Amino acid sequence: MPHQLPSLILCLPFVASVVAWLMRGRGHNRAAWLMTATALLGLLLCLWLAPLILAGDVLRQVIPWAPGLGLDLVLRIDGFSWLMMLLICGIGALVGVYARYYMSPDDPLARFFALLLAFMGSMLGIVMSGNVIQLVFFWEMTSLFSFLLIGYWHRGPSARDGARMALIVTSGGGLCLFGGMLLLGHIAGSYELDAILAAGDTVRAHPWYTPTLLLILLGAFTKSAQFPFHFWLPQAMSAPTPASAYLHSATMVKAGVFLLVRFWPVLGGTAEWSWIVGGVGLVTLILGAYAAMFEQDLKGVLAYSTISHLGLITMLVGLGSALGVVAAIFHIVNHATFKASLFMAAGAVDHEAGTRDLRKLGGLRRFMPVTATLALVAGAAMAGVPLLNGFLSKEMFFAETLAARQGPLLDAISEVIAVAASAFGVTYSIRFVRGVFFGRTPAELPRQPHEPPLWMRFPIGFLALTCLLVGVLPARVIGPTLQAAAASVLGSDLPVYSLAVWHGVTTPLLMSVFAFVAGCLLFAGLRRRFAEREGAPLIGRLGGKRIFERVMAVLAADLPQRIERRYPGRRLQSQLLLIVLLALLAGTLAAAGASLDMELRWSSVDPAFASLWLLGAACAIGAASQAKFHRLAALVLTGGAGLVSCVSFVWLSAPDLAATQLLVEVVTTILILLGMRWLPKRIEGLSVESRRQRFRRRRDVVIAIVAGLGVASLAYAAMTHPVADSISRFFLERAYTEGGGHNVVNVILVDFRGFDTLGEISVLAIVALTVFALLRRFRPAAESIGTPLQQRQQTALDAAAPDRAADHSLTDYLMIPGLIIQLMSPVILLFGLHLFLRGHDLPGGGFVAGITVAVALILLYMARGARWVETRLRVLPVRWLGAGLLLAVLTGLGSLAFGRPFMTTYFQYLDLPLLGRVPLATALLFDLGVFAVVVGTTILMLVALAHQSLRRPRQAPAPAAEGEG
Amino acid sequence: MELVLAAAIGILAASGVWLLLRPRTFQVIIGLTLISYAVNLFIFSIGGLRTGADPVLHGGDIAQYTDPLPQALVLTAIVIGFATTALFLVVLLTSRGLTGNDHVDGEDGTP
Repeated sequence: MPHQLPSLILCLPFVASVVAWLMRGRGHNRAAWLMTATALLGLLLCLWLAPLILAGDVLRQVIPWAPGLGLDLVLRIDGFSWLMMLLICGIGALVGVYARYYMSPDDPLARFFALLLAFMGSMLGIVMSGNVIQLVFFWEMTSLFSFLLIGYWHRGPSARDGARMALIVTSGGGLCLFGGMLLLGHIAGSYELDAILAAGDTVRAHPWYTPTLLLILLGAFTKSAQFPFHFWLPQAMSAPTPASAYLHSATMVKAGVFLLVRFWPVLGGTAEWSWIVGGVGLVTLILGAYAAMFEQDLKGVLAYSTISHLGLITMLVGLGSALGVVAAIFHIVNHATFKASLFMAAGAVDHEAGTRDLRKLGGLRRFMPVTATLALVAGAAMAGVPLLNGFLSKEMFFAETLAARQGPLLDAISEVIAVAASAFGVTYSIRFVRGVFFGRTPAELPRQPHEPPLWMRFPIGFLALTCLLVGVLPARVIGPTLQAAAASVLGSDLPVYSLAVWHGVTTPLLMSVFAFVAGCLLFAGLRRRFAEREGAPLIGRLGGKRIFERVMAVLAADLPQRIERRYPGRRLQSQLLLIVLLALLAGTLAAAGASLDMELRWSSVDPAFASLWLLGAACAIGAASQAKFHRLAALVLTGGAGLVSCVSFVWLSAPDLAATQLLVEVVTTILILLGMRWLPKRIEGLSVESRRQRFRRRRDVVIAIVAGLGVASLAYAAMTHPVADSISRFFLERAYTEGGGHNVVNVILVDFRGFDTLGEISVLAIVALTVFALLRRFRPAAESIGTPLQQRQQTALDAAAPDRAADHSLTDYLMIPGLIIQLMSPVILLFGLHLFLRGHDLPGGGFVAGITVAVALILLYMARGARWVETRLRVLPVRWLGAGLLLAVLTGLGSLAFGRPFMTTYFQYLDLPLLGRVPLATALLFDLGVFAVVVGTTILMLVALAHQSLRRPRQAPAPAAEGEG
Repeated sequence: MELVLAAAIGILAASGVWLLLRPRTFQVIIGLTLISYAVNLFIFSIGGLRTGADPVLHGGDIAQYTDPLPQALVLTAIVIGFATTALFLVVLLTSRGLTGNDHVDGEDGTP
């Protein structure tokens, strides 16, 4: 059972998310309890694994996905990820309870909880991933859900801007991370986490180490709001407070430092690592703490404080010692507990007092004593007061900073900065707690404050109690868990550390005391100044937000506009020219490197074949020259070139191709003939050719000749250098034994590569429907609306003679051809059936047969007119399309029922009374689907186009071509 | 044989490319048709040119048959080519109706 647990834990939140989503409009209670219950269940399942994990085991579950590509879903739980899972599920449960009372019933709560649950699943996915690509996938998912949660109250512009900024920064970082992980996997030879963790020495020695490191660090720093990407986190405070507590303090922003810790054994220990990670951590630590002192918004203080603490963790990992990593893991947990609790307290204050502005708040302890006490405990933990958890990890941090003195990093300056940041931490903690709960009560608050409901206080209290318990009895409460987590990251060389409250009078303790006193003095001295300022001095102006907005404005507006002005994107003609030139350039570059011995073999030239193509070439060139003024001639000439290539197919042993080409030629010609009616008249010699036009024509002739020469030589090279070992042999050998057909081309289409063919007929169907939809709204140009001259004359003639009905002349003209066509159409239909049935063994098949049948119908339309046909014959092309696709898919699925892969065929011969021995393969059913789709497509398009001429005179609102009635 | 077919492919492609660069939609559609002939013949020819070697099995050594794979590829290409021609034709008719001219750029500034 434990081996299925990882996937169960991972799937649970996603399933619950969908369920919560479906609860729309059913009150907010259920969704909240669903969230809490899901998180608790996840927590219980995690705790069930405790004996296994605490014993140092690693639980792995591999779900094969695309084993051929070496891609599996790997879920992996070791001590560190288990600790993170406990955090995610535990705080998730508390947030669920809290949000139930915090959120207003007027908000769309089903969406809120669905997003929180989905986020929880994605976050679990990150920590449980045993494959780095999978990790990146979940990483991006958390960015996405964070975006949606920040923008939850999307009517406010600040929520939208904050959400967008967070998404751009974190998902941009995610993209870098993806690149880094691809490089890392490439270097290590596997994307499996275990393999990468084992390949640390190889990775560090590899020449690509630095780019890999930089990319991965970019991902981690953006996610964990490290300088200079820290600016998104304060903007993300527009999110509802439960989401801020959960995502932007306890879990999601920890993903970055999680990554740093996780990959420390692989990437860490080098000078680059120490300088970049340590340096960035240090800057973030001091910058966040400094900015937090000057914030007026409660959540703003907490956001900058979070940035500072994340910087602390980053710096710990960057110090390069194993003890630093232990301290980092410890602080991840500690920070999550006290900061989540503080966020919830801030939310409670906001909820009860109606404001989060520190200048407007004060003395709330008289109204909400319990909340005040709890916030005091959590605030003290944040400040690093002894007997609370924050103190312990801060002590470890000081000790590590001291120990790193001999190390490569920054000598004394880092200790000074560490103490300064710690002092600032004390200052803003005091400011937070004192400013809200102590001092004078302001005369007017937006709301009369009182104690929040019990269940809103409960999560705050629970977390505050945890801070206290960990702070007093660290070895008992968190010891084994931390031990397992550290061991899973560091492996065998686990350093000795002591989780005691009292270590005697040591330097770190003295540093703590100093920082505490300095912080208190700083607060006392600068109290007034803090309240006066909007934004921190010195750095307030240099906001990352401003720079980000500037960069975005340039990237998203200025630059594209400049490019568009410079290179007119609306001119398709010049774009086509560009494409052709680029293709020529690419071809030339490719050919320049190749050395092909091209000897021209004149001896092999067959005079008959050569003269055939002399005709074909003349047709092609003629079509090119006539296409502007003589469209009909150009169309006929194009058809001529098509026929010549059709004859070539017969000549060169491709009967199937010849048949298909011939029929497609017919329908294409009809189609273009139908369309030509709507094009403007163009009469030769009306306008004088300008010099510019002449230049363009000459230039294009040169380009065309170069292109032609290039293609010809490429074709010649390809033909004279046959591929030695192609897979065609396989098809020829197995066509009969496994596909049950003699016509190898058809067997390939309907059997071996049936899946491709399914894709192709889907394309056909989509195109047909698109054409139909476009024509429904077709508005012809004004000058083509009138009926053609000949038609007008005929109508006039019919109208003038009393004994003639309308359309009489037309019927007369088409009498003979109409009769022939009408008589022939059953024959053509039968021939189509014949082509279809013999397709598996002889040239023919669904494609050819489909077009044949369509041609029979189209000929009837042409000879007798649409109205004549449609009163007698109801063709429902859309149904043909649908039925064909359905049949093809069902045939493919049929093989699943027999336990074979999708699209496996079965065949045998059948003796039918009249027809004799007929091959009957399931491929025939598939081919029938192809046939139906081709019939439907062709008829739908042609008839829809033909109907355009009928619409205007009849004033019909929509063409009846579909005939679905 | 190869020489003739290669030259034919070249001429079809050249005519097609020239038409592709013309301003009128009808020219472009004819150009695309010619190019698709060239491309189909080219893909087909990769399998090698053989006469009297239809890939329809009737016993014997498989060396006597020509390569069926390019044929299968081209066969679907022909049908898909028809569909795209139809789509393009309808798009150009719609564009003609909307813009009032048949220039590929949608405006009749320069021919």
